[in-house]
Amino acid sequence: MKIPSNILTMLAGILLTLVSIWYGKNHGLMPVQASSDAALVDGLFDTMMIISTAIFLLVWGVLIICLLKFRRQPGDETDGPAIEGNIPLEIVWTAIPVVIVLVLGVYSFDVYNSMGGFDPDAAGDPGVQVAMASEDGTAMSLMDAAPKKAHHNHMALGIGASPQNIGSPPDLTVNVLGMQYAWIYTYPDLGITTGELHVPANKNVRLNLKSQDVIHAFWLPEFRIKQDTIPGMESELRFTPTRVGDYPIVCAELCGAYHGGMASRLYVQAPEDYDKWVQEQMPAPESDSQTAADLEKLMAAPTGEKRSDADYLVPVAHQMGLDAQTLDHLHHTMPMPSDALKQVSANLATPAA
Amino acid sequence: MTTQAEMQIAPSAHAHAERKWWHYFTFCEDHKVIGLQYLVTAFFFYAIGGALATAIRTELATPASDFVTPDTYNSLLTLHGTIMIFLWIIPAGAGLANYLIPLMIGARDMAFPKMNAMAFWMVPPSGIALVLSFFLESPQAGWTSYPPLSLMTGKVGEGIWIFSLLVAGTSSILGAINFLVTILKMRVPSMTIHQMPLFCWSMLATAGLILVGTPVLAGALILLAFDLLAGTSFFNPTGGGDPIVYQHMFWFYSHPAVYIMVLPLFGAISEILPVHARKPIFGYKAIAYSSLVISFLGLIVWAHHMFTSGTPAWLRMFFMITTMIIAVPTGIKVFGWLATIWGGKISFNSAMLFAMGFIAVFVIGGITGVMLAAVPFDIHVHDTYFVVAHLHYVLFGGSVFGIYAAIYHWFPKMTGRMVNETLGQIHFVLTFIGMNLTFMPMHELGLLGMNRRIAFYDARFTTLNQVATVGAYILAVSTVPFLINAVWSWVKGAKAVDNPWNALTLEWQTSSPPAIENFEVLPVLMTGPYDYGEHHSENGALPPSAEPVLTGSSSGS
Repeated sequence: MKIPSNILTMLAGILLTLVSIWYGKNHGLMPVQASSDAALVDGLFDTMMIISTAIFLLVWGVLIICLLKFRRQPGDETDGPAIEGNIPLEIVWTAIPVVIVLVLGVYSFDVYNSMGGFDPDAAGDPGVQVAMASEDGTAMSLMDAAPKKAHHNHMALGIGASPQNIGSPPDLTVNVLGMQYAWIYTYPDLGITTGELHVPANKNVRLNLKSQDVIHAFWLPEFRIKQDTIPGMESELRFTPTRVGDYPIVCAELCGAYHGGMASRLYVQAPEDYDKWVQEQMPAPESDSQTAADLEKLMAAPTGEKRSDADYLVPVAHQMGLDAQTLDHLHHTMPMPSDALKQVSANLATPAA
Repeated sequence: MTTQAEMQIAPSAHAHAERKWWHYFTFCEDHKVIGLQYLVTAFFFYAIGGALATAIRTELATPASDFVTPDTYNSLLTLHGTIMIFLWIIPAGAGLANYLIPLMIGARDMAFPKMNAMAFWMVPPSGIALVLSFFLESPQAGWTSYPPLSLMTGKVGEGIWIFSLLVAGTSSILGAINFLVTILKMRVPSMTIHQMPLFCWSMLATAGLILVGTPVLAGALILLAFDLLAGTSFFNPTGGGDPIVYQHMFWFYSHPAVYIMVLPLFGAISEILPVHARKPIFGYKAIAYSSLVISFLGLIVWAHHMFTSGTPAWLRMFFMITTMIIAVPTGIKVFGWLATIWGGKISFNSAMLFAMGFIAVFVIGGITGVMLAAVPFDIHVHDTYFVVAHLHYVLFGGSVFGIYAAIYHWFPKMTGRMVNETLGQIHFVLTFIGMNLTFMPMHELGLLGMNRRIAFYDARFTTLNQVATVGAYILAVSTVPFLINAVWSWVKGAKAVDNPWNALTLEWQTSSPPAIENFEVLPVLMTGPYDYGEHHSENGALPPSAEPVLTGSSSGS
């Protein structure tokens, strides 16, 4: 095999490079960037798209040339040239991928570090443990295995503080509890429990993720971050929203029949709007024992048993002080409300519940 | 072993018996019968898995959950994944291996024929139990079956799922032992390991993976069964168990399973390309050993399925690097294949079209595979339609295209009949268009924010989903010309000569279909497996019957 070296090939190479770079920068496949992390991930993705486009064009180009140029002529029974290999060429096409993956590996490492992937000890941060103490009395007791992780895990699961934030506490901490099929957000410092997440723009936010039943995954597509919530384990996501707006929150791990409906919204608000929202949400004092009783009742049913979705949701909704209207609002992204949800709404609408 | 040695010398009395159609429905020890049993059974389950996929895409044609209930939808996706992997691609690969290995190395049968038949006969009960579970209480936790969800979706369905996989896994292990011993011990004396066809090399790598990986899956499944049925807490967090341990054990097998599914077809492609391009394979040793490298690396990449799960940062980085490095041996193969056909005299028949189509679509799956290895990017797209697109480009674009190419290529040998080229080319065009229409839009869906395994979705994703659904219908239709072709050609096709492609590997040096013990006289190697263009004088004139098989012009897509 001749390595083509004429001008035509060189022009084709230049064209391929330009097309690849153009497409890598203009693919338009990603949603908006709502945090600085998103820009970092997109930079990595764009780079990979440039390389990918080049490889794709090269391989498909060769195949198409073969299709057009190297057809066997009718009646030609002879074989092609007996070329069994070319060691320098094979070294080249081994070495180039090696270099590419090493560069991508280092680049990915750097992006992951900048996002806060290597934040040590984040899960064991004592300040946060204190902040969570009031919540622990109710929510933590739900999970037998939960406390062990806080002591043994010296590396954050998920995305922690970015290098410049390591050691400094986040501006806002929100506890996120995943359950079939809703996300419950608790603001431990403010005493707010809600079904939609509000955060102030340009403040460093930390989400402590937990799951009550099965594995869920907390995904913010516009922030390019995701972390599974695992029953019996704590994980976290820490990020700084930079763009005011409302964004989908998606459960990305199969969690049961209504997995597709397990969605809520993240509202990134200007500080004054956020403060207004906080004022609106400040709850009337609620009896802790009532809450605890509700939750205990909820957990009383053995896990192995099949429970209807309404069984799950009614006490929780009640405990949170949600009414039927709020619940509809909570699930407004769901194209068709599930039967279970309708049932919950109906049960909540009747005061007997 | 003495009987084996005798068999090597001369065909036994059975050799002159005739193969009857009903032998194919019995516990037959002939590797060729078993190979075809595997292939036909696997295709039967492929049709079922395809029907499930069509139902899934029908549900996803609209954002609302309106075609099936969400529970049924989860059953569909669980059974679709499980059937396609464990009852279609893996058995189809085993079928090709069973049929081809002894013929390619000049053996009269596999090393352990009884065990071979046993391995096959485990597949139908396993598959039928799984399919019937749909009507009883179907498993709903996805083919990954992560606890605690899998412990909460119904004991009966999940129990059947575990049982089926254990049986299918045992079958796979028995098959792998056979492949390994046969390849290492039963080659004709004149064939050194470096004269062995590349398909055998890739089966060597596959068998190694099966033997290391599958027992770990069995362990995970047995522990899961204890949690499910006996109330233990290996993986159940409510009793102090750790669901992450299951994920590690599951993926320790199930990532290598991807290579178990695709390596046999890498081998098949390496056979098909040189024959129809009339050129030697480019870099025989590089392609042979890259299979072994892929096999080894394939064992240390499993946690890249868990980058958003309970894995600490250092683990994510380690598995990112190992995963990316797999691109290197895979790249060696792809570039080797391209160099093989470059400058050749290519016959664009159905086998070659599917083989080249394989390269075209598999490379897309390979590229997205490297992307997914990059942890920060994977955190965004994990468990989204981007992953669905990637895995289908690898397993449909890779494995299924490869299986079709292999069937078209070896059909004359297996049945003694030629396939109908026109139908074959229609099949290729429909499959190629359908495949890209179905899975290409899924990349964008995943990047934009559509999670996988959902029965209803945000209305802004409707258009792309409808494109994918149309593609899926085209794929469903594409199997029709194939089925007609396979059945009609098998019964009424033009008689095939012994070596219609004028190929050099040993399976073509016996009759079509081969006699019961393969060779009248054991062959002696005269040429290497891919010495095209080198042995004109020795080979002499072409057999008069070796007419060009290509009729009409091939399609240009």
